[in-house]
Amino acid sequence: MTSADDQRPGIRPRATLARRLDLAARHAFPASITILLMLLTEAPFGIVDQTSLLPAVALASVWFWSLYRPAAMSPPVVFAIGLLLDLLDWLPIGTGVLALLIVHGIALRSRRTLGRHGFALVWLAFAVVAAGAATLEWAATAVLTWRLVPPGAMLFQAVLSAALYPALAILFARAHRSIANPERA
Amino acid sequence: MIHLSIPARQALAKLTLPVLVAASFGLMLLGKADAVLADRARIAFADAMAPIYAVLAAPLGNLRAGIANTAGLWDLRATNAHLRTQNEELRRWQSVALALDAENRRLKAELHWIPDPAPTYVTARVVADAGGVYAKAVLLSVGPHHGIKRGEIALDARGLVGRVTEVGARSARVLLITDLNSRIPVVLEGSGAHAIMVGTNGPWPRLLYWPEGSPPREGEHVVTGAETGTFPANLPVGTVHYTSAHVAEVEPAALLDRLEIVRIFDYGLNGIVPPEAAKPLPDWHG
Repeated sequence: MTSADDQRPGIRPRATLARRLDLAARHAFPASITILLMLLTEAPFGIVDQTSLLPAVALASVWFWSLYRPAAMSPPVVFAIGLLLDLLDWLPIGTGVLALLIVHGIALRSRRTLGRHGFALVWLAFAVVAAGAATLEWAATAVLTWRLVPPGAMLFQAVLSAALYPALAILFARAHRSIANPERA
Repeated sequence: MIHLSIPARQALAKLTLPVLVAASFGLMLLGKADAVLADRARIAFADAMAPIYAVLAAPLGNLRAGIANTAGLWDLRATNAHLRTQNEELRRWQSVALALDAENRRLKAELHWIPDPAPTYVTARVVADAGGVYAKAVLLSVGPHHGIKRGEIALDARGLVGRVTEVGARSARVLLITDLNSRIPVVLEGSGAHAIMVGTNGPWPRLLYWPEGSPPREGEHVVTGAETGTFPANLPVGTVHYTSAHVAEVEPAALLDRLEIVRIFDYGLNGIVPPEAAKPLPDWHG
């Protein structure tokens, strides 16, 4: 990842070990915060319907970082996060992976158009994408376990994802500009 | 690192996403073909996480208790008065229960009743929700030499919680009675009629297949039935409640949404479902 930075012209500080570690930490921030938040949602807080937080956090995080820092949220990283989602959420293996990869793909495609607009439109787009992802997970679960799962959980997950996004986006945007910004290393 | 030309690298970068999407379909097929592998991966992961969650559980529990205490201070007087009346009533019931217990023992002694073997049990802390969005289950943190086996029965202080479906080295997963895959033979205490309690993923499981002519009555107590040999008889399950659409449901006696500590009982039952197949079967339609 640092090799890409080295291609650019300009003067920069010497690549000491501390600086390289700093850069690596900034690059690894999006994936690490996603995984940490996902593990936290499983901690025994005793919140009712706490399990629905897990896919909501994963979706919001993958969407945000794929839009604003695709270099740090690459497809293999999304794949790993999806696998973690499947394992933690006891979903049929592969469904979370597929849903998150599709969300990632949509975010990459719409980067140029969405980047020009404000937060409201990004949020709206996320609400639609999250609803689609929840539907996809629900359908895949129904097909893979071959039984009709009640759709209530899917609706709740979609609504919760959309509702949770602004709070997470504020947190991520702050980090994006400060501690996760490789330019400020 | 291998040095590639820029177009080659760009082409490779474009290919990653489609290849990984294909790989996710491959994972689905793999998970379908070898369900044991997926379950093993999950329980290995749960084993790794259970001690961490167990450590977190104590301070988080204190925090929650603190909040509940502060909230409780507001209506201390009302709660006190309510508890006093309830305590008096319970004392009356206690004397009734003691008298009945003595009578029961005397009658059993006269009949030369073969006593039920006393079950062994272990107590474990619930550390995480292991259900996800489409299942109802909890994860228990247990010691390294716990001796918990699949198919054993979990109870909290009030009633039936569920059954153990996966066992790891430091964790065990209990499928709750509200899960979509849960089918439990029950007996309606009032009429003695047998029925099946079917989980719906909602908070209250449904009653099905009761005999013609003895429908469950509102408020009737529901206990487990020993028919299939997977449960001992007469464990408290809950009370019957009819919805507005006149569907018979069971209000579980156990506090399933606030489980903290459960006891896992070994009744030494294998039943018609061997422990290896005791996990939810996808083709069990209600």
